[in-house]
Amino acid sequence: MYEKCMAGLMAGAMMLSPSLWAQQKKISDDVVRIGVLTDMSGLYSDIGGQGSVTAAQMAIDDFGGKVLGKKIELTSADHQNKADVAAQKAREWYDTGGVDMITDMLNSAAALAVAKVTAEKKRILIDTGAASTRLTNEDCTPYTIHHSYDTYALANGTGNAVVKQGGDTWFFLTADYAFGHSLEKDTSDVVKASGGKVLGAVRHPLAASDFSSFLLQAQASKAKIIGLANAGGDTINSIKAANEFGLTKTQTLAGLLVFVTDIHSLTLVPTQGMYVTEAWYWDLNDETRKWSKRYFDKMKKMPSMNQAGVYSAVTMYLNAVKATGSDDADTVMAWLKAHPQSDMFGKNMKLREDGRLVHDMYLFQVKKPQESKGPWDYYHLREVIPADKAFQPLSLSRCPLVKK
Amino acid sequence: MEIFGKPLPALLGQLLLGLVNGSFYAILSLGLAVIFGLLNIINFAHGALYMAGAFVAWMSLTYFNINYWWALLLAPLIVGAFGIVIERVLLQWLYQLDHLYGLLLTFGLALIIEGVFRYYYGVSGQPYTPPEALTGATDLGFMTLPNYRAWVVLVSVLVCLATWFVIERTRLGAYLRAGTENPKLTQAFGINVPLMVTLTYGFGVALAAFAGVLAAPLTQVSPLMGSNLIVVVFAVVVIGGMGSILGSIFTGLGLGVIEGFTKVFYPEASNTVVFVIMALVLLVRPAGLFGRER
Repeated sequence: MYEKCMAGLMAGAMMLSPSLWAQQKKISDDVVRIGVLTDMSGLYSDIGGQGSVTAAQMAIDDFGGKVLGKKIELTSADHQNKADVAAQKAREWYDTGGVDMITDMLNSAAALAVAKVTAEKKRILIDTGAASTRLTNEDCTPYTIHHSYDTYALANGTGNAVVKQGGDTWFFLTADYAFGHSLEKDTSDVVKASGGKVLGAVRHPLAASDFSSFLLQAQASKAKIIGLANAGGDTINSIKAANEFGLTKTQTLAGLLVFVTDIHSLTLVPTQGMYVTEAWYWDLNDETRKWSKRYFDKMKKMPSMNQAGVYSAVTMYLNAVKATGSDDADTVMAWLKAHPQSDMFGKNMKLREDGRLVHDMYLFQVKKPQESKGPWDYYHLREVIPADKAFQPLSLSRCPLVKK
Repeated sequence: MEIFGKPLPALLGQLLLGLVNGSFYAILSLGLAVIFGLLNIINFAHGALYMAGAFVAWMSLTYFNINYWWALLLAPLIVGAFGIVIERVLLQWLYQLDHLYGLLLTFGLALIIEGVFRYYYGVSGQPYTPPEALTGATDLGFMTLPNYRAWVVLVSVLVCLATWFVIERTRLGAYLRAGTENPKLTQAFGINVPLMVTLTYGFGVALAAFAGVLAAPLTQVSPLMGSNLIVVVFAVVVIGGMGSILGSIFTGLGLGVIEGFTKVFYPEASNTVVFVIMALVLLVRPAGLFGRER
């Protein structure tokens, strides 16, 4: 009892007094190093890639390139969607590169591997791109922040909306790795909970070159809804093939992780009317429009929610370093858990003990070609899913860090 | 009626789709086989040139409003000419060296070509709509087959057979084969072997570009489309027997079908099945199914 009281008092005191934070460790080797580890060249590189590096640089520029008078350095690498490459790069960065925080990730297999290395080395991983809920459940660590979205939130948004519209029988087209499985499972749970039925699933290899066989199986299932539990190039090619084989005449596609960049690539004709759940869209409000214009001027493309997430992740990390005067991982994590963050990505974003950052999510519907005012004007906002409803409730968490 | 618990119509559908994919394997591996046969070069840039073919089609439609049919003719010519430049400037210095040098050089070329397109166009790809005459789908009873896919099978079988005919049954083909067997002696008979070699490389590359244009309406025109395919195509060439023309056509189509069936019975293995077969074939017949031991 006494120990608990003391711990509580100390935590309270630390929160109240900024000077105490500052007395912790100083900035390690006098540089704050941020690493963007992402898919730089593969099927997800339009969602992250160079755009994420640019977004991270924008956040650093907003700090004037320095925090507490110390230089902020940005480094980036390609994990090639391979878990072993990602883990090895992270290890190298932590051991010899002096990297303090890694962000982006964009691939659940890679993110799960890097989360382990990060916890072992006591640094920080702010994952914006990988979606598997395992990151905040079975595989949660005190050093992982799951920033932008996860498979639960995506399933919850799109799954619920589609079942409400009468789409009560589902068949899944699933990318055969951690992320796809996670998304399929979470969506199945949502569908069943809202009274729908799951008729089956087919698992395709990552970056498959041809989707026609898989779609033919989906067609044969006679399900009303074909849930696309994949992402990036795989989603694009699934949607394209579904239109070609005439599936869209009798069945409806539900893209479970669709990015605005995918819609841009496919154009509105094959995608119109689709429901998509996103954590962020460039055209939400004045602040997002202003930031996106800055980004557009550099990249000649609008940002995806992941790239915006990277900006927000770097910003919140630097805020924490600035406030605590330290880049020590435990200090930064404790501060972030105690101080909700607001930036152009979201307002009052709270970091939970399982590492989940909770914020509003948005349900959009893709516009018809005649409704769009021009390039990148693709979404109608249909519903704002409030932060406390958007993510898996803590009561269902399987994370050992959550006290019940 | 059911076979191994799967309804027959579903299997027939997969057979057809397998043939479509097999057509691409066939055209691409045919080009590789022709190039290897005469130049002794393992052309790793084949996938990148296939992608370049698709991009030329997309660019000519987007920037110059040149339609699909013209692109089918133009893209192989443009990319083929580019191939001739590669052969004259780079490859011709490597014929006397080990295969590895050609492989490394063409692999590097592939990375450069892909990198350039990725830099300018990103990986999500550009949409390319099929020509008016080939849109729509035909109901075959057991499946609806998009007309465009039927066209792909038809045209690729024709192109493959024509290539086989030219090489195996005409005078020009006889020169080519003689040049492969004994370049010095062939030259002594007054045949310009270096020119023939250059044109052969150009032709092989043009075949890749042709396949690229065929593929453009099927997938997004993306810088990655070649690298997704090329590894499988190499396995096809190895299974068929390096340098064997008929071998690459038959194995291309056959493996497309086998892969298609794998997608029904055990989809998770669909991207490895070709390599399992390759390993098995190499164990039993190291020269490939249609290759001759040297």
